Amino acid sequence: MIRVFIPLDSFAVALGADEIADELALAITRSDLDATIVRNGSHGLAWLEPLLEVETPEGRIAYGPIEPGEIAGLLKAGFLTGGQHPKRIGDIQKHPYLANQTRLTFRRCGIIDPLSLGDYRDLGGFEGLKRAIAMTPHEIVQEVTDSGLRGRGGAGFPTGVKWKTVLETEADRKYIVVNADEGDSGTFADRMIMEGDPFCLIEGMVIAGLATKATKGFIYTRSEYPVAIRIVEEAIRLAYEAGIIGKSVMGTGPAFDIEMRVGAGAYVCGEETALLESLEGKRGQVRAKPPLPAHKGFMDRPTVINNIISITSVPIILAEGAEQYKNFGTGRSRGTIPIQIAGNVKFGGLYETAFGLTLGEIVDGIGGGTASGRPVRAVQVGGPLGAYFPRELFDTPFDYEAFAARDGLIGHAGLVVFDDSVDMLKQARFAFEFCAIESCGKCTPCRIGAVRGLESVEKIIAGDRPAENIALVEDLCNTMKFGSLCALGGFTPYPVMSAITHFPEDFHGHSQPVREAAE
Amino acid sequence: MLPILHALQGRFGLIGEEAVRLISAELNLSRAEVYGVVSFYHDFRKEPHGRHVLKVCRAEACQSMGSDAIADSLERALGIKFGETSADGQVTLEAVYCLGLCAVAPSAMLDGRLIGRLSEAKVALLAEEIRL
Repeated sequence: MIRVFIPLDSFAVALGADEIADELALAITRSDLDATIVRNGSHGLAWLEPLLEVETPEGRIAYGPIEPGEIAGLLKAGFLTGGQHPKRIGDIQKHPYLANQTRLTFRRCGIIDPLSLGDYRDLGGFEGLKRAIAMTPHEIVQEVTDSGLRGRGGAGFPTGVKWKTVLETEADRKYIVVNADEGDSGTFADRMIMEGDPFCLIEGMVIAGLATKATKGFIYTRSEYPVAIRIVEEAIRLAYEAGIIGKSVMGTGPAFDIEMRVGAGAYVCGEETALLESLEGKRGQVRAKPPLPAHKGFMDRPTVINNIISITSVPIILAEGAEQYKNFGTGRSRGTIPIQIAGNVKFGGLYETAFGLTLGEIVDGIGGGTASGRPVRAVQVGGPLGAYFPRELFDTPFDYEAFAARDGLIGHAGLVVFDDSVDMLKQARFAFEFCAIESCGKCTPCRIGAVRGLESVEKIIAGDRPAENIALVEDLCNTMKFGSLCALGGFTPYPVMSAITHFPEDFHGHSQPVREAAE
Repeated sequence: MLPILHALQGRFGLIGEEAVRLISAELNLSRAEVYGVVSFYHDFRKEPHGRHVLKVCRAEACQSMGSDAIADSLERALGIKFGETSADGQVTLEAVYCLGLCAVAPSAMLDGRLIGRLSEAKVALLAEEIRL
């Protein structure tokens, strides 16, 4: 039986992978072909999606990008035996984009059938969990601390320290909450790991439970991710059925339950305390800290709340040891980071590598410049609340501290590339508009500041006293940065201020105002 | 409460006054508390939407690939603005901020079906499909 891999990842599905799978299924039935379809995750080479692979005696041969309607032609070209075709790529693992990566967290993504426990085990699945079961909670926490893993959601807080706090806080019940509420534009790593390797998420959660004596875990994701929701729910069901979770972890450990929850289109629920409120069935409004969720989190119980990429990095740390993981990276940013290259870029996709590449190496080298062929003008790093970097800052190394030193943030490691047609004044306007739409409304700087900021930028666009209004925007940004309760209001100044600082020509270009001339 | 609201909206297409009364009685919450939750989240509606719902991503990655122009042509093709439902009840056009398809931008979602690399040609096809 020949196995053909057609991704179920949203990238591929959005470009017709389901139709292609239907076409092939029909051809298999009609011509009685000796082939079966496996729906795998994505390798992350988005410009090649849908990327089909066929298993041959010489290994897996890839073809892409395939469009609906191409199956007949492919079969004619001997696709099932790895035959020649203009879209034949060969072994995708040897593709420089993939071969140059260091894949730890995403090492199974795209390779396995995400819902096959057999596939998962064959590629090292549950090795970390098996080791964790034999360890004491303190030993597990120590291992994670030693690895240097920091929260991949953006804040970069040491994961081991967070777990230690929860372990040492006494309570009748404790919880693990996985933040998969990835709302930043330019990011898709959370979605890809859920769609491509959901058992890794489950394994990471169980390890976190063992380490902190928590017995229940929640995965909170977005309603905009229909494919991911379906895959993770099915994976949870399979994990229960196989006895990996439930009354006893792997048949020998304590109990651990996992439940999936779906948000309802509120960006702010990606903020950890707003997420907890939402999980409790309330409006997703931010809580003041302290108390920290590690002391009083879900239902006032000690709660580990980790980003999904932090949690899915844990199994390999346990399986191969902290030292091994720590060897990757630079400075205080240890291990690997899945960089998401998006927007107007030739080779967009997911690129997992150790920290330390420069921004220019990522955008020009890996991303290959813009898709439009025009020069790159700006790159927004870290989502809608991240700073816009101009070419002059392309030598910035990709790590938490280096970006902070240049008034930026790496956030969830998403990059959005813009060509020279971008109007930075318009982007600054959008940052305020986004914050105004998504503000939870609890604190004044964010709720009012975003609305006033939007008005002021619109005045600049209209040429109404630009210098004064720019000064007003700067003042508002200062208030929002230091006065907001959470990162939504606190980080909105990053895109706005970076646009003003690095691209002043877009702001003052509007300045020879009709009005002042008339006065 | 979110799973309950998702289930009700999935079944009835909206969260109406009756649903708010029912939830407040069952969960022992005031109607104001339930209403506060319903109105907070963008997904929940008090009015029914069209037979089709077209969500178009308006976030940065899609902007960088010309989603603003695509959005304009969709508005023209469907004859409605964002946030509106066509007079014949056929379609509701909504903005969404990120579908996680940022490397195959611009993107949209028609009734749960994902669409990547939107182009003017695909817009014409979409508009045609929606009118059927």
